[in-house]
Amino acid sequence: MSFTTLFHNTNWDEIKSSIYSKTAEDVERALSSKKRTLEDFKALISPAAEPFIERMAQESHALTKKRFGKTIQLYTPMYLSNECNNICTYCGFSFDNKIRRKTLTDEEILQEVAYLKERGFNHILLVTGEANQTVHVPYFKRVMDLIRNEFANISIEVQPLDEDEYRELHEAGVYSVLVYQETYHKDVYKAYHPKGKKSNFEYRLDTPDRCGKAGIHKIGLGVLLGLEDWRTDSFFCALHLDYLQKKYWQTKYSISFPRMRPAEGIIEPNVIVGDRELVQLICAYRLFNEDVELSVSTRESEYFRNHVIPLGVTTMSAGSKTNPGGYVVEPESLEQFEISDERSVEEIAKLIKDQGYEAVWKDWDRSFISSSPFGGEQRIDDLTIETDKHV
Amino acid sequence: MLKIADKEFKSRLFLGTGKFGSSKQMEEAVLASGSELVTVALKRVDLETETDDLLSHLKHGHINLLPNTSGARNAKEAVFAAQLAREAMETNWLKLEIHPDPKYLLPDPIETLKATEELAKLGFIILPYIHADPVLCKRLEDVGTAAVMPLGAPIGTNKGLKTLDFLEIIIEQSRVPVIVDAGIGSPSHAAHAMELGADAVLVNTAIAVAQNPAEMALAFKMAVEAGRMAYEAGLGAISRSANASSPLTGFLNI
Repeated sequence: MSFTTLFHNTNWDEIKSSIYSKTAEDVERALSSKKRTLEDFKALISPAAEPFIERMAQESHALTKKRFGKTIQLYTPMYLSNECNNICTYCGFSFDNKIRRKTLTDEEILQEVAYLKERGFNHILLVTGEANQTVHVPYFKRVMDLIRNEFANISIEVQPLDEDEYRELHEAGVYSVLVYQETYHKDVYKAYHPKGKKSNFEYRLDTPDRCGKAGIHKIGLGVLLGLEDWRTDSFFCALHLDYLQKKYWQTKYSISFPRMRPAEGIIEPNVIVGDRELVQLICAYRLFNEDVELSVSTRESEYFRNHVIPLGVTTMSAGSKTNPGGYVVEPESLEQFEISDERSVEEIAKLIKDQGYEAVWKDWDRSFISSSPFGGEQRIDDLTIETDKHV
Repeated sequence: MLKIADKEFKSRLFLGTGKFGSSKQMEEAVLASGSELVTVALKRVDLETETDDLLSHLKHGHINLLPNTSGARNAKEAVFAAQLAREAMETNWLKLEIHPDPKYLLPDPIETLKATEELAKLGFIILPYIHADPVLCKRLEDVGTAAVMPLGAPIGTNKGLKTLDFLEIIIEQSRVPVIVDAGIGSPSHAAHAMELGADAVLVNTAIAVAQNPAEMALAFKMAVEAGRMAYEAGLGAISRSANASSPLTGFLNI
């Protein structure tokens, strides 16, 4: 059984009406319960919870401090390519967007890497569109060979892949995979993704299952806020998280909250998610799940990011560019979406510090991906550890 | 004095170095605690730059580093990480942490036993983080562990000695030092563990996320000392019930 089975047994309209019929009493119960359930999560993301936002924030702050301490992890994306065969009506890289396409060469990647290392980054997220003829697993493996020893922690946000491909990339040193469902409303999904491999809703929906089976250390989930009713969509995302965490219990999880941003040639958001609502959502996730990582990117404004640090967030990107070669090689190439918080990573690190938090640049060591071929063998060849598979 | 392997410790309070708001805050707390053994996550340390912020704040003559393998999901990963840590931090002391479950960070007993056996052969001084399982403690002794570190409650929960009954059995039976690790949320919990006869306690979250970490570290120092002193002084027995007013065996005295 994969998530698709559970998904098909869960009715969108019923969930939606259940969320919207939650009462203040339900919210009180959710706030005071010790182990919160998916029903509690519904109450916490419902309109009925809006007057409780300060209490939710206080609780979220306390839980996050207990679990993660006074720390915020920093990472940055590195866009490798804007080639894409999908039509996604909200994305700057959409196939029908007549822009110049670019995929970084080895030399260009190294230039970008040198710049990012100079800034102090040790955790990096590799991002591409979906161009299976050119930006494929052999390309990703080549990139990993190039940069594996440059960073402590490498994540990818690329097209969904098969289980054995994830296994290969994990062995090549990939720590985590981010794959957002965009929306869990199947018909709406079809409308936003009319063409390309991405239009296969179920294949995308089962991607985290394939990552889990392949032993990927961390899986990142999320919905694109702005496509459909954010409360119902977020419930499905929480359901997905809950399912995955029980099934792939050795895997870590993170949730991102991408709100639709302006980009070249795209449509307007269908739903506007305000700051107050986004805070409610962030806090609801923390109250529901004490150990999930919550990530806020530079899509968000300076003002919002200045204030969101103590609310439950654990991870932030900084100084980001969303175009291939955007840091050094070709700063003017077309970006996926407009960055909102354009401050440098130095400024963000200072912002974190000024709020009494430690900016964490490194919270992983590539030596833990033990089956990978980067020098591990020589060091442990005198050992006789049985190599059971524990993934 | 507490002795683990060949090293003597005046302080019976060990500290974790994660979760602090800054390295400076961490350093102040470590100094206030009087601790001589602090655990450092290999994954948090940047071993390539040689100017790691965390480590540079721990350069004090009396402080020994105890690298931990947090992040390892099985014995193989832990053994590999241990060797890197030994090389980089120049110590063969190791806090062995294998928690494949990222939710509650509960230790895997099977992998921990396996790794302890391998690492002991490689000459490591191993302090394994484990569930409060008395049988596992004996098995670890058999394969050469230097100490055992049973948990009081799930890590980071501040819930205190939830495993009390099992800690008592472990302390009763152990031939190696017993260090209660994880779950200790307040100085009174630490004092209680020491009164039971634990050899030391390890504290992190309760100090790191306190309003004033250095002050809290000092409070823990005092509590650990008080608890140990009480243990050594010999606590009075606790009566199960008040002395009965109508004794059942009184007739024997007539």
